[in-house]
Formats: sequence, structure tokens, C-alpha cells
Amino acid sequence: MSNSVLTKVREKLVYSRPDSMYPRKMHYCAGCGHGVVHKLLGELMDELGIAEKTILVAPVGCAVLAFFYFRADGCEAAHGRVPAVATGIKRVHPDHVVIGYQGDGDLLAIGTAETIHAANRGENITVIFVNNAIYGMTGGQMAPTSLVGQKTKTSPYGRKAEDVGYPIRACELLNTLEAPYYIERTSVHDVKNVLKTKRALKKGLMNQIEKRGYSFIEVLSACPTGWGVTPKAANLWVAENMASVYPLGVVRDKGAKA
Amino acid sequence: MTATAEKILMKGNEAIGEAAVIAGCRYFFGYPITPQNEVPAYMAMRLPQVGGTFLQAESELAAINMVFGAAAAGARAMTSSSSPGISLKQEGISYLSGAELPAVVVNMMRGGPGLGNIAGSQGDYFQSTRGGGHGDYRHIVLAPASVQELADLTLLAFDLADQYRIVVLVLGDGYLGQMSEPLVLPQPSGKQFDKSGWALTGAKVREQHLVYSLLLSPEDALEKLNLRLQEKYRVIEKNETRHETYNTEDAEYLLVGFGMCARILRGAVVSLARAGVKAGLFRPITLWPFPYRELAAAARGRKKILVVEMNAGQMVEDVRLAVADSSPVDFYGRMGGMIPEVEAIVERVRGYVE
Repeated sequence: MSNSVLTKVREKLVYSRPDSMYPRKMHYCAGCGHGVVHKLLGELMDELGIAEKTILVAPVGCAVLAFFYFRADGCEAAHGRVPAVATGIKRVHPDHVVIGYQGDGDLLAIGTAETIHAANRGENITVIFVNNAIYGMTGGQMAPTSLVGQKTKTSPYGRKAEDVGYPIRACELLNTLEAPYYIERTSVHDVKNVLKTKRALKKGLMNQIEKRGYSFIEVLSACPTGWGVTPKAANLWVAENMASVYPLGVVRDKGAKA
Repeated sequence: MTATAEKILMKGNEAIGEAAVIAGCRYFFGYPITPQNEVPAYMAMRLPQVGGTFLQAESELAAINMVFGAAAAGARAMTSSSSPGISLKQEGISYLSGAELPAVVVNMMRGGPGLGNIAGSQGDYFQSTRGGGHGDYRHIVLAPASVQELADLTLLAFDLADQYRIVVLVLGDGYLGQMSEPLVLPQPSGKQFDKSGWALTGAKVREQHLVYSLLLSPEDALEKLNLRLQEKYRVIEKNETRHETYNTEDAEYLLVGFGMCARILRGAVVSLARAGVKAGLFRPITLWPFPYRELAAAARGRKKILVVEMNAGQMVEDVRLAVADSSPVDFYGRMGGMIPEVEAIVERVRGYVE
């Protein structure tokens, strides 16, 4: 191979690790959406130059180690308490970028109260909610967002609505409140939607930097391990089954031009 | 104390609030529960005046975790509650302990178990001194017995919390918090504590700081953290054990009580002296670390030790550990918000004489 060909190959490089991320091997399963969301967050920390003033609050669940991957300060939170911990940090450091990162069990089961009240106070934080319709870390139990009929370890015959109710739509729930500034639901099941997710995350971070208030981005994400399917089939399941229960798009944007 | 210090009249719960402000606490997160409501109300009034933040949380869980966040961010932060609310905060206290964050928690105990009632009680001694949450941890417990001490010990709590990166619990009861007494407001200690090595302030020109307690490797990580915590606890036991005695010099009987009960026992000592019975008072001020050695020394040669508590007998177990077989230990307690009366205590001790 000649030198010129090599140069040409280098020029075609479309992805490299963001400077805001440590060169650490991620612990996520193959096909899991968390890695994609992390990468987008890392890219945005680079683009916005905010890593040095970012404090990432990680949940209990699969993303419990999220803060290990970013060249930013990080904080643990007890199960469900990310919004409360983030509130405490933000009240002390109002000019820092405080990001709450949560899964469906954390945000919508054990942490429902904290979620609603941080949103209702209009805390100037950015909450990233990765919804994969299952408890991944504990081995695939039913989540508040599991679909009706979805088989999990604790709904082995499929989720029965008449017994345990219906999946909760976080964006629509929060949209009943006055204070939230921005609420959007995206997905990372294909490239087009990954790019949309990046735009939504960027908006959520910019809102905080510009002190506009509470931003909430729900990201539909595949859990091939928890669902017991291949990564490819899992992404298809997001598109075909999750997106109809959880419609993608902007639910509220107080900053949108009329 | 300065020469110009003047006495003012304050309610116990409000004295806690003012002492916290004097200590430089600018972040308070609370949730309503009787009989401690004057603490958050005072902070809601006072903190905005000094550029601080008062936030009424959606629950005790949220409040203690807001404290976790503010403490992780490097600020002096506190919360207060009463027994059932403190039960809810135990998870957060365990996390604070695991992450070695300094925080001050106030418990103005009420009658239990369950919802119980809103009268003063000392039923949370076990919970306070044994680590009420999960895992191997301890936190400092200060037991004030007057409005003056509520202020003094709250101020001290912030310094101890920062010095050892530990939770400090100020353990009063519903009666103490509701009581109005003259006090001299304490002066700040002036001690400075450097948090730049761990606080979350943004990873500018330094590596990231992480505040967490998840240590997945048993041998390399979690046991090491536990060993370090235990080492710290031994240092605290050595340096921070506090107690006071009254009239113990030639006492034949030793009365032991903390907080409100110590006040009552002081009255009993005086009454017994009038009746010609030599009794003295030993009062632990720190419930953890408990003054085992000091109590063992004070108990030596007494005819009998009487422990009086507003519970079914909790601290008495520590007293028995301290005294061992050197003197017989008796217990008298009232529960459900009842206060032991001086007359009943005097009668009990006079019974020993006969």
C-alpha cells in the first residue's frame, strides 16, 4: 500500500474517541444503547467545551459506572435519587453543568417522586432517561416501562395490564407540569435517530448552560441481553414495538420559535 | 465566648438553626414532621438573609439525598427530622458514610414505634448508635441536654463532620426542641477544612473527582474502604469521646442518663442529697463514641448504677458493657412520650439504701 492511499484512508476517519472520554473499555453488553448515549454525551462535552465544569450523577442500574468514562467529575446516587443528588449539587454550583443519567427502574419506579418534583421545581439540570423497558443490571425484571405482553423474569407469562398496569410514559407525565422547559423523546436504534438524539441532548445541555431550566430527554434503547435477542433484532424491536407505545419527538420546547 | 456575649431567649429548634448559620451552613434540605418543624421554618426564614438555600424536599429520602449532593459539591449542608423521618433517611446516611461525606443530621426524637406520637422520646438510641442503615459504619452522635447545648453541639457537629468526613447526628428530643431557654450564641470556631482533594467542583486542570461507594472488588476495594473506615472510627473513639459528671466524687450510687434524662437526674441527685443519700450523675455527651472507659472508671466502687432513659432500656446495654461486673446495674425507663419523674427516681434509689 502506498503512502498516498494511507493518507486517503486517514482522511476518511469519521469517528474517534471524544477528548472528554477516558480510553476505558466500556462494561456494557453488545448492542446496548448506553454506550451510544455515552459517546454522544462525550462528543457534546467536546463540542460545548463543558467537561471541566460538568458533574455527572449516575444512577443505580446498568449505568451505575457511567462517570468512569468521562473526564468530568462524577457522583453516585442511591437508587432513584439522582434528581435529588443533582439538585443538591446544582444548588451549590449553579454555573456548572449537572447531568442526571437514569434508567427506567431508577427514574420511573423507585425514583418517581424525585423525578416529578425536580421537574416541577424547574431545576436547571439536564436529565437523560435511557428507557429500555427492562431492569438490565439485576437480570431482566419487569420495568415500569415494559410493554404489555412483554416477557421478563418477573412477568414470565407476559406483562398483564389488568394485573400490573400499563407502561408509564415519562415525557407525557412530566408534560402535565408547568415548570419543565424542554421534554423530548428520541431513540438510538438507527443512525438517523442517533443523530436526532445528539441534537436533543445538545439542546438539553444548552438550555442548562443558558439557565433556561429543566430539560428531559428520554432515549429509547435496546437491551439485547435482557430481552434475549440479537442486537440487530433488538433495534428492530425498538422501532417496531417501543416507538408505537412511546412516540418519538418533541413533547415540549418552551424555546421553540413560534 | 466573648466578653460582650449576651444571653437571649430562644426555642431549642431555632437555636439549632442559628448555630448552623453561625457554623457557615448555607444549605438546608428538610421535610415537615413534628416536633422539629421550627428547624426548617427557621432556616427558610434565615438562609435567604445570608445568601443560602433552603429547600423543602418532596420527602425525607429526597432531603437526605439533596444533602448528599450538596456535601459532595463541597458545601456545609444539613437536614433535620424526627424519628419516623430519620428512619427514612437511614439509606442516605449509609451512602454518606460509604462515600465519606461530611453532613449534619438532627433528630428531635418522638414516641414510637411506627407513627407513635409527637411527644419527646429517646427511643432511637439503638438506631443512632449502631448504624441505623445497612453496612458497617458509624457516625458521631451528640446528645445535648439544654438549648445552650443544642447550639454549641450543632456548631461542633459541623467541625467534626468536616474534620473526619463523617455524618454527625445531633440527637435531641421533642421536649428539648420545644423548650425555650436563655443561651449565649456560640462563636464560630474559625477552623478551616480543605475539601479541594475530593469535592466535586469541575475537573478543570485536574483529574476527575468521583464521589461513590460502589466498590465491586471485595478484596482490592471494598474491604480496604471498610478497613480505612474502621481505622477512622478508632481515631474518633480516642479523640472525640465526651461526657460530664456531677457530684460523683463520694457518691455511693451513680445515676446515668443522656439528654433530657440527664437534666432530670441532676434534680434527683440534689433531692437525694437532701435526703442524705450520696448519688452522682454520669452523662454521656457523645453516644457514639460512647464513653466506655470513663464510665467504667466512674462506676468503680459504687453500690449501684441506675440508668434512666425515655425508652425501654437501650443505652443501658452500653452501660452494662462499660461497667461489666464491677457494680450492679439497674434500669428505669418511661416510654411513649412519658417523662421519668424525679420522685420516682429518688424512690428507686432510696429503695437500694433500705
